[in-house]
Amino acid sequence: MSEEKIEVKRELVLPGDLIGEGEMRPGMGAYAQDGKIYAAQIGIKNISRNYVNVFPLKGHYMPKFGDKVIGIITEMSANSWLVDINSPYPAPLHVNEVPWKVDFGDTGKYLKVGDVVLLKVAGIDEAKHVKVTMKDQGLRKLTGGSIMEISAYKVPRVIGKGGSMINLLKEHTQCRIFVGQNGRIWIDGDVDGISLAMRAIKMIDENAHMIGLTDKVREFLEKESKEIGK
Amino acid sequence: MSEKIVSEILRDYIHNSLEEGKRIDGRGYDEYRDIKIETNIIESAEGSARVHIGNTDVLAGIKMTVGSPFPDTPNVGVMTTNAELIPMAAPTFESGPPDPKSIELSRVVDRGLREGHAVDMEKLVIKEGELVWIMFIDIHILDYDGNLFDAAALAAMSALASATVPASQFAGQYPDYDLGEDFPMPVKNYPIMSTFVKIKDIILVDPGLEEENVADARLSVSTDSEGRVRAMQKGLNGGFSYPEIQDIVRKATEKGNELRDILKKSL
Amino acid sequence: MGMKTDIELIDKKGLRLDGRKPDELRPIKIEAGVLKRADGSAYLEWGKNKVLAAVYGPREAHPRHLQKSNKAIVQVRYNMAPFSVGDRKRPGPDRRSVEISKITSEALEHVVMTELFPRSSIDVFIEVLQANAGTRCAGLTAASVALADAGIPMKDIVVGVAAGKVDDVVVLDLGKEEDNYGQADVPMGIIPRTGEIVLLQMDGDMTQDELFKAMEMSIGAADYIYGLQKDALRRRYEMIAAEEKEEMEEVEQ
Repeated sequence: MSEEKIEVKRELVLPGDLIGEGEMRPGMGAYAQDGKIYAAQIGIKNISRNYVNVFPLKGHYMPKFGDKVIGIITEMSANSWLVDINSPYPAPLHVNEVPWKVDFGDTGKYLKVGDVVLLKVAGIDEAKHVKVTMKDQGLRKLTGGSIMEISAYKVPRVIGKGGSMINLLKEHTQCRIFVGQNGRIWIDGDVDGISLAMRAIKMIDENAHMIGLTDKVREFLEKESKEIGK
Repeated sequence: MSEKIVSEILRDYIHNSLEEGKRIDGRGYDEYRDIKIETNIIESAEGSARVHIGNTDVLAGIKMTVGSPFPDTPNVGVMTTNAELIPMAAPTFESGPPDPKSIELSRVVDRGLREGHAVDMEKLVIKEGELVWIMFIDIHILDYDGNLFDAAALAAMSALASATVPASQFAGQYPDYDLGEDFPMPVKNYPIMSTFVKIKDIILVDPGLEEENVADARLSVSTDSEGRVRAMQKGLNGGFSYPEIQDIVRKATEKGNELRDILKKSL
Repeated sequence: MGMKTDIELIDKKGLRLDGRKPDELRPIKIEAGVLKRADGSAYLEWGKNKVLAAVYGPREAHPRHLQKSNKAIVQVRYNMAPFSVGDRKRPGPDRRSVEISKITSEALEHVVMTELFPRSSIDVFIEVLQANAGTRCAGLTAASVALADAGIPMKDIVVGVAAGKVDDVVVLDLGKEEDNYGQADVPMGIIPRTGEIVLLQMDGDMTQDELFKAMEMSIGAADYIYGLQKDALRRRYEMIAAEEKEEMEEVEQ
């Protein structure tokens, strides 16, 4: 399944660039001043109805309610753990938010520092206090495989429209791959498969100048997977 | 310097890969990442070099001044080495007074150069017991992606090898002494440091960041062009067996020669 | 400022020591995204100045007691490398560096949308690798590019530029000798689009007219420098933009 090559004017905008006026309103990555709209971040200008948005090219993951994220336990106390979710805001995970019955002081028996966990963002307030939970379908401690990090903004690219890109990756590497909304990716398979998946994902994250990236990734995977006998 | 938590999964992945004979970036156990050396890039310094080993990026600058020798060594110049892990180089580096890691790095790099007789310190004497050249080697870590020891030592050595002693600039201040004209830094030897880590009993050269974070033990060895050992430093809280150390020392000599060639080509 | 010399800082043809006219800037080169670990970075050469700026953030504020509950803090550390100046500088912050760090942080706080990141810190590091007068303006100019490179939401990019007085002539962008032997120096931080001045210092001796003339000279030069900053960012991101735009078209269908 290849992309349609659409003839579009790529509009890269920078902070302070004028991107709209009159009836337009500022959306994501934009702000209004004296009746005009300006970009607030480096990104691609996008107009949707009467909103002017800037889709950012860079920036840290900002947690959103409902996101599934891959976290790393960094601290623990008697009745909670602290999780690094690759965001400016570390997320506390309370014993009430895990599927086990944890006695006071027994937190270390279930999750310890360095463990990798699949969680959901259960709440976030205006002061950006994040609440995470493991109490939902599929959420659990992850073991085996490897993890890597990409920019959170590239996550849709790694998944692809209707899962096209991620299915391509899974097919050729014979790995299980889970992409957290926070830019952390878990890959499980044999060492060769994992290494191939990581290289392909790095290619997606870094190879900015390629047009027709899905095709290029497919070519790369076909060639490499033959060499390692997949 | 605060420590970053390494996930169990990444640690296991590195171990599993090594069990299959692979490093996570595809290198061989005895392979260095790409090395780039640029010299004479800071005009305000008397010598300078910027070294990249992979993405690790280190800048060394040499500043010279004139002053009194140390009382117990009246017939040699003075050399001081200082390395700074500046906060821009990694999210875990903090501002503030030198922490034990930067102090260790400074002292080990200094030892390699000093014991390796990189500079003929006797040629830095203006008048014995009275006036000598004082040299400051300042190393700035700009981007940290593993193996600071080798990058810092190589940057310092490259800066020395391309430095000029600014005698003419000081002549006016010391009219009673014959400072003479500017002359090239009297480099005598090219000691090179090579660092190895042990992960699950496998010895790897030039650890990348992730490898360094899961390594059990580390050994840096500085050797000269005759294969003589000039300085060593073991780091991290694991241990080495005697045969492992022998193996590392032999490899360090080989790698030292390779890196010395790269250095000389860049001058 | 104000050291004595016999050197003619402005010659009979009205040219300066390095051949510049009074309203000419030294050559400036900017590159964005030069470091791997930092979230954003920029390398800048301005005359003989060589400055590296890096940004981490938003990230957890350290020390925690500096955290603000409703917005991010912008912490700047301006530092001169020991080998950046003629006489080696002892490592570590001196009083001058602390002052420059403070005023730079105040300038940048004006444009960074700190309300989007409560309780966090945006850390800016400015490292002068080679100094030749005007390092605080070079630092601010580089830091602005590094912030944009890090994807930090900001209202606009800030330009740092200075003007002063030398041999009774108002000149733009003092060089080293002009800084040492001149009569006044006025460093500024400006947002060219709005004309807002977010950094301003002065030392020396000027009449009000001389001061205003110096400031106008800087304001006049700011557009050009702003263009260079944006150019550096465009060059770095043009390639990434091609792919992203395509992906967005796909996702929208």
